[in-house]
Amino acid sequence: MTQHRVIVVGGGLAGLAASIRIAEAGLPVDLFSLVPVKRSHSVCAQGGINACNEVARQQGYSEYEHFDETIYGGDFLADQHPVLEMANWAPKIIDLLDRMGVPFNRTAEGRRDLRLFGGSLFKRTHFAGATTGQQLIYALDEQTRRYESEEKVTKYEYWEFLWPVIEEGRCVGIVAQDMRTMQIRSFRADAVVMATGGCGLVFGKSTNSIICNGAAAARCYQAGVWYGNPEMIQVHPTAIPGADKLRLMSESARGEGGRVWVPRTPRDTRAPKDIPEPERFYFLEEKYPAYGNIVPRDIATREIFDICVNQGMGVGGDNQVYLDLSHKDPEYLTKKLGGILEIYEKFVGVDPRFEPMKIFPAVHYSMGGLWTQFTKGTYNPVEPRVKHKSGAPAPIGSDLGQGLQPGAPNNMMTNVPGLYAFGELNFAYHGANRLGANALLSCIFDGLFCGVSVANYIRNDAPSKSPSCDLPASAFDRVVEQENAKSKRLLDTVSTGDPDPATNPYIIGKELGDEMTAACTVVREDARLGQCLQRLDALKERYTRLKLADDSPWSNQSFTYARAVGDMLAIAEAVALGARGRQESRGAHYRTDFTERDDANFMKSTVARYNAQTRTSSVTFEPIDASLILPTVRTYGKKDAATGPKPPASAVATNA
Amino acid sequence: MTSTHTQAHASAAARKAAANRVNAKPGRKVFVRILRCDGPGQPSRWETFSVTIERGANVISCLQQIAANPITSDGTRSTPVVWDSGCLEEVCGACTMVINGKVRQSCSCLIDDHAPTEGDTITLEPMSKFPVVRDLWVDRSRLFHNLKRVKAWVPIDGTYALGPGPSESAESQEQRYVMSTCMSCGCCLEACPQFNVEPDPAAWDTAFVGAHALNQARLFNQHETGRRMKGERLDALMGTGGVNDCGNAQNCVKVCPKLIPLTESIAVIGRATTIHAFARWFSGK
Ligand SMILES: Cc1cc2nc3c(=O)[nH]c(=O)nc-3n(C[C@H](O)[C@H](O)[C@H](O)COP(=O)(O)OP(=O)(O)OC[C@H]3O[C@@H](n4cnc5c(N)ncnc54)[C@H](O)[C@@H]3O)c2cc1C
Ligand code: SF4
Ligand code: SF4
Ligand code: FES
Repeated sequence: MTQHRVIVVGGGLAGLAASIRIAEAGLPVDLFSLVPVKRSHSVCAQGGINACNEVARQQGYSEYEHFDETIYGGDFLADQHPVLEMANWAPKIIDLLDRMGVPFNRTAEGRRDLRLFGGSLFKRTHFAGATTGQQLIYALDEQTRRYESEEKVTKYEYWEFLWPVIEEGRCVGIVAQDMRTMQIRSFRADAVVMATGGCGLVFGKSTNSIICNGAAAARCYQAGVWYGNPEMIQVHPTAIPGADKLRLMSESARGEGGRVWVPRTPRDTRAPKDIPEPERFYFLEEKYPAYGNIVPRDIATREIFDICVNQGMGVGGDNQVYLDLSHKDPEYLTKKLGGILEIYEKFVGVDPRFEPMKIFPAVHYSMGGLWTQFTKGTYNPVEPRVKHKSGAPAPIGSDLGQGLQPGAPNNMMTNVPGLYAFGELNFAYHGANRLGANALLSCIFDGLFCGVSVANYIRNDAPSKSPSCDLPASAFDRVVEQENAKSKRLLDTVSTGDPDPATNPYIIGKELGDEMTAACTVVREDARLGQCLQRLDALKERYTRLKLADDSPWSNQSFTYARAVGDMLAIAEAVALGARGRQESRGAHYRTDFTERDDANFMKSTVARYNAQTRTSSVTFEPIDASLILPTVRTYGKKDAATGPKPPASAVATNA
Repeated sequence: MTSTHTQAHASAAARKAAANRVNAKPGRKVFVRILRCDGPGQPSRWETFSVTIERGANVISCLQQIAANPITSDGTRSTPVVWDSGCLEEVCGACTMVINGKVRQSCSCLIDDHAPTEGDTITLEPMSKFPVVRDLWVDRSRLFHNLKRVKAWVPIDGTYALGPGPSESAESQEQRYVMSTCMSCGCCLEACPQFNVEPDPAAWDTAFVGAHALNQARLFNQHETGRRMKGERLDALMGTGGVNDCGNAQNCVKVCPKLIPLTESIAVIGRATTIHAFARWFSGK
């Protein structure tokens, strides 16, 4: 009897949810991760996870409104069907996590408590203290450990994915490296699920974990997988500047009443609490009376950026504004936000319950990712509806299967058959801007919903006729050789001479981050992006002359990093090309030379393809399926929406 | 009781740290002294690097600086130091090491607190209770293995939509939440006199399970559904390497970065195993 196997690369929320679902479907899973899965980046998520719930429902909220908010929040760039299905599933996902033992905060009666989050007027965000991501991933980690002890899941932790094995036009395995012994070998599989998360490290310092380098995505991309919407990078409005990382101050700080302000007098030297109310400029509240401090991220980011960089009103003349919770009851704050306030106190040495925090935007999330497909479900109206009025009765039910056809083999499959992309790595759900607390949802939804698709693909499509275990070894050996050669080339560069910044992988990595942050974050503009592409070429050239400082054949971390830098350069180029090609402003993507959204030309997915011969990227813009909701202007009720200040072309983001 | 004690302890340290921070100047040079080792079975050696401190610098940013320019303070060319890290915000547990003789996370270890003056030295060593992989990176597989020993999970009936989980009082949620913030960092094991390095996986099941695992057993025994495996968990904790191996030294609770009331958890499990043993004895099972 044929033994089919599935490989899941990545043990964050998406990878773990997939592993559990696929194991449950009776297929053995080999799970790969750079770190013990419990330490994946998903632990960082603080704020919560969105889902329609009974309280909100009885106030007029619905799965449909959640769907509508997500599309609107994403500025109409996402294909709409997958988003509908995700919103419909959300309440069931919360129930499942609840059954797994996630300690969601409780009301007096013992029900799950809810909080307000950006982009919605309803409380629809479930949370577990201030470490929701940690608690969710622990629950999935525990279930995976259970399956591991039943031998349904085999973990390969401290193994790095290097390259997909593509044979007969489909993905039939991977090549990976043990990060301790440095052994490189191939693994066979009938389907491979990539769930390797985001690429914050491409921008140098970000809110991401240090392991989020995007290299796995870049390797798939260079092997022929398309990359969707690479330019859509979310910059979070509120992060704490730091020497090694920009630590997030969660949106829940604003959700729980945090107010963003600067002194009306620039460079006011008084302590914040000595500045009376009338002399404080609560710029978000003044400009967006309806949403106030909880406007979506891209808007808050640009407003903070504008106040500091263009208007010079940052606190103390620096790139920072106040995020103030000091008007709230300290005990309430400890209870609701303890974990995140502790982070600020720990890393800055100031207690934010009594003194306003100083924050500035930082790269946070990649809406773009590997390009994926789907099969539409049963809801296909003749004409798209107009935007849903918040609180109005839902025009359609919340049945499962309306958005996507459950179990269709191509749900979230890339252009390479048998190769799937789940979680932050998948470009599908968040369009041009992700709403807070929707990422955790999309990760778990991908794993649970599309895990079934993976099983069906294996049982009904190519693998059922030609399983991976029957393929000749040569296909796998070829990729192992390719990777061995690549490592040898790098290890052979070890020099004993003085270190030269021009060829130092850490310096190249840092310069890459600085350049990407300057040219490809809050504001973008044609000439600057052109310059960025030239600089990337120069970095690529320097990379070919790279010199390593360590040729150890054992646990060689600096080698691992250096190899990843080469891959990060490929992703960076796709980001810059996408940003340059998209001559409009939409969601997180703001062009000073094209300040309006242009639906006629750009309500389309950016699709980046890599040419392995020329080692260059190109992008095209391809139609999306927006047959459910008509696009409307996305203003979030801004007062002076049409005449708002526009940053000059010379303004570039700094990494402060 | 215990947790208030720990908090008082922590805040005294925080006060001292805050005092140091005020005087620390960015741009100063400090020495980072590191116990290095090329791999299992290899000898260890000390290397010292001089590092320029930027505002907000922590141990990780120093190690990053050393990686980019691995030249020791006496001018010898060395290799980048190997260490484990992830979140950089003390929530993943990866970066645990022994800093100035104390086990803790290196990402939340600010240089201003520990080396506030030009020329100060800060010392980094790998944890001693786990086999070294290389330099500051240790192999903590046993820590995760011990979570299997206590069956640290809720036995759900699969992932189909079967409605919500059990309702829970806010009080119980708060208790479980704190226990559930354990990030498997291993500080409690490093500090424990009863937990000793054991490279041989075959010996793990009879060696002391550790405070973190006892706490997880309590966490899942307290959950409405998790409780159904209470008997199995207690069986595992009654024999050799179980809760009776704890010598009640209380070192664990003093070093837990998440302020988990570990000694309380150990006491709860201790009592539960005693009752469980009686029940078994009476029922003849
Ligand atoms: C600070 C912060 C706070 C956030 N808060 C929220 C929130 O409140 N709500 C919300 O919805 N979202 C939040 N997000 C976003 C959300 O946390 C992430 O999008 C999500 O956790 C990503 O999960 P994932 O499973 O896709 O990937 P990850 O959790 O990043 O996991 C990636 C996995 O892939 C593995 N991997 C990577 N590369 C390789 C390789 N080459 N070989 C082998 N394995 C590899 C890693 O080891 C890891 O196991 C937050 C993000 C940040 C940065
Ligand atoms: S109380 Fe027990 S577990 Fe904790 S340090 Fe002492 S012996 Fe170890
Ligand atoms: S109980 Fe505390 S010290 Fe022990 S592993 Fe967990 S978080 Fe670390
Ligand atoms: S890197 Fe995660 S705890 Fe320090």
